[in-house]
Amino acid sequence: MNATQLAGASNAAVYASMLTLTFAMVSFAISFAAGRRRIGMTQTQVPVAASAGSTAVLIRSVVDAPTDDQAGRRSANIAMSLTWLGFVLLLAGVVLRGVWAGRVPWGNMYEFSITAALGILGAFLIVSLRRDVRWLGLFIVIPTLLTLGLAVTVLYTEGAQLVPALKSYWLSIHVSAAIICSGAFTLAAATAGLSLVQSRSELRGKPGLAKVPSADKLRTLTYRVLAFAFPLWTFAVVAGAIWAENAWGRYWGWDPKETWAFITWVIYAAYLHARSTVGWRGDRASWVAIAGWTAFIINYFGVNIFINSLHSYSGV
Amino acid sequence: MSKEAPPLPPMGALGFLRFAWRQLTSMKTALILLFLLAIASVPGSIFPQRGNNPLRVNEWIADSPTFGPIFDTLGFFDVYSSPWFAAVYLLLFISLIGCVLPRTKVHWRAMFAPPPPVPRNLLRLPESMSFEVGAPAHDVLARGQKYLTDRRWRLLVTENAIAAEKGFLRETGNLLFHFSLILILVAIAVGGLFGWKGNVIVRAGQGFSNTLTQYDAWGGGRFTGAARLSPFSFTLDKFNVEFDRSEAQRGSPSLFEADVTYRRSPGAVAENSRIEVNSPLEIDGAKVFLVGHGYAPHFVVRDASGAVVFDDSVVFLPQDGNFTSTGVVKIPDSEPPLGIEGIFVPTAASNNLRGPISIFPGPDDPAVFMSAWRGDLGLDAGAPQSVYRLDTKAMAQIGLDALRPGQTWVLPDGSGSIEVTGFERWASFQIAFDPGKEIALLGAILALTGLMLSLFIRRRRVWIAVAPSSQTVTVVQIAGLARIESADLPGELQLIREAVAGLADTTSATPLGDFKEQK
Ligand code: HEM
Repeated sequence: MNATQLAGASNAAVYASMLTLTFAMVSFAISFAAGRRRIGMTQTQVPVAASAGSTAVLIRSVVDAPTDDQAGRRSANIAMSLTWLGFVLLLAGVVLRGVWAGRVPWGNMYEFSITAALGILGAFLIVSLRRDVRWLGLFIVIPTLLTLGLAVTVLYTEGAQLVPALKSYWLSIHVSAAIICSGAFTLAAATAGLSLVQSRSELRGKPGLAKVPSADKLRTLTYRVLAFAFPLWTFAVVAGAIWAENAWGRYWGWDPKETWAFITWVIYAAYLHARSTVGWRGDRASWVAIAGWTAFIINYFGVNIFINSLHSYSGV
Repeated sequence: MSKEAPPLPPMGALGFLRFAWRQLTSMKTALILLFLLAIASVPGSIFPQRGNNPLRVNEWIADSPTFGPIFDTLGFFDVYSSPWFAAVYLLLFISLIGCVLPRTKVHWRAMFAPPPPVPRNLLRLPESMSFEVGAPAHDVLARGQKYLTDRRWRLLVTENAIAAEKGFLRETGNLLFHFSLILILVAIAVGGLFGWKGNVIVRAGQGFSNTLTQYDAWGGGRFTGAARLSPFSFTLDKFNVEFDRSEAQRGSPSLFEADVTYRRSPGAVAENSRIEVNSPLEIDGAKVFLVGHGYAPHFVVRDASGAVVFDDSVVFLPQDGNFTSTGVVKIPDSEPPLGIEGIFVPTAASNNLRGPISIFPGPDDPAVFMSAWRGDLGLDAGAPQSVYRLDTKAMAQIGLDALRPGQTWVLPDGSGSIEVTGFERWASFQIAFDPGKEIALLGAILALTGLMLSLFIRRRRVWIAVAPSSQTVTVVQIAGLARIESADLPGELQLIREAVAGLADTTSATPLGDFKEQK
């Protein structure tokens, strides 16, 4: 493949991924809606073949409103497969972009964004290997598609050259850590948001979103994701500081990008504190997790595009 | 460190102080101070900051005469050195110290104390089980003790029970993390007090020696005297720069590097080095960074008789990405004094309609647009003057012209001529000395280590209690408690169960068929 074909193949893979993810989103939405329509309890347990003297009781599940729920489950499974496909296509898109540019594919905002989308999907899929998080899919695929949509429309650039400030192996270290964090932070914001929804219903004694775990479980999941992401974000910030020292002669200069990285860090530190403070553990901690993600997003889009910063290499 | 609300204050001043201290070092205050720190950092990313960009600050204030001075008084242009920002982080760190010291004491004691004894009713704990093992009680206990000791649990063994505890490194990590934050703050203070930082522009072929007078801008801490500047010097031999010509990223720099010859001290041997953006030159702990570059057009000015009154290159400052650059030339020695305001464009737009604007940063078609003035340059007034600005209050304009290199402009009033012979490149360097940065790095590494210990290690307790039910059968109760939610506790108890049942050496996949469930 020559260079133009490589770039074309990368773009095609990204578009194919977006298409696949759109279908995934629709399937997740169907499954979600199917779950919502389910009313009341659906499972009754009927003992069969219970003979006297036998300790074994066979239990068969009878499902009251099976059609709706089964359809929902099937479409959630289809959605998961589509998400995996979308992930693989996006991975191909990112890798081809890197091959075409002859460097890590993180030289401008278009490339950051497609890689961040990959990070969001990756974080979700890794968690999905260990537990059933199909209920979360809709809230992962939507931000991923938004990120990709912004990337291909507003942020797209043909540029291959790195500006000299980015020519450093710290680029790979610092940015890859930040990209993994972007996935984890988004995941945690989604579970924190859902925990707020669930907690509101639970307070009113209503059943809440079907298939979605209880507020308490969601909060625990949020904590686990953030307990993983926070040290990684700390590492990303420290790596950035080392790089800045190497490039500009100071490890910290309160440049807007650095400032917002710091704000993000402080808010997530506050989240961890909130988790062990009486009166803050529940919904308030979830709000703090969402605030941290907001700061992260402001740093990513706001500072790159609107604020004049040393880090303005967006290529937009 | 109390996580509960402090008790009501006792009477009296001392009581009040104690109450205030408790409040300050409570977790809730820490939380609020963290939020305040986040919020207080925001204005510094919105308003230009003096430390980074003094020129933009001046513009901002000049552009909004009402709010500019108000915001300036409030410290919005020096957020990170403003008193209110300092107040927030100092309170936070006082709270931190007040928090961590007592907690360290408690932790120190806990590390040498035996685990708390077995609770009366183990089966009341949420994570617990009871089962029978076909072995005498002391064998069961011995197996449990061996299993836990091998895995470095801390034990308290009594006649018919074991209390065990693990995961102390969690708290150790937490304390290490918070102490490291203090260390980082100290490092910043050391850098601020003993470090210095300066900027200088050097034209190709020119030299620089590390003394205060040679800097264009210099800032140092309270304890950095000029005497502490190490006596190095360097010459910028050559500055190489290339710009991207591809359609997509036309004009973005693809390379810039400075070749220098330097000496560590005036008598030392000359050494060569190449300074690039991510690779500074380090001399005696000070680092020389390449931060920018530009053009310096070369002017030769002659008076009416043809005698040369000025012959030098002059630094012009880039105003946009294509290096449309502005600068001034002041020639007090000509009679009357001459001043030139100029715009240098490395690549002039082919149609001159767009005025003096460069369309490419590389020197494809350089030109200088000039406006010449005669009169009092104001240099004798005593007030310091910028070398990049011409004060034309007491001057009269004598004409405008544009020159390409090699061309000469004969001034319309017959007072002489201006020739542009070509241009030099210049590079700007930031030279910094920060004795605190190694400490900061150490602090960061320790903080990260502590953080990972504190987030990934689970502190937990387990208890094993045995009661003989016959000569060969023992009833065993196991229970566990974890401080934080821990999905692994049931699995851990399961392993202990297998161990005390004598199944530890077989894989955990072995069916536990020979136990009879009692729970
Ligand atoms: C510079 C300000 C501070 C930062 C950045 C910070 C950061 C953190 C972080 C990231 C954690 C999470 C580690 C873990 O969960 O084990 C933590 C835990 C903790 N911090 Fe701080 N902290 C700060 C100040 C304080 C202060 C002032 C206090 C005292 C009031 C405090 C008390 C604690 C406690 C008790 C924990 C353990 C929470 C637990 O048991 O899970 N911290 N801190």
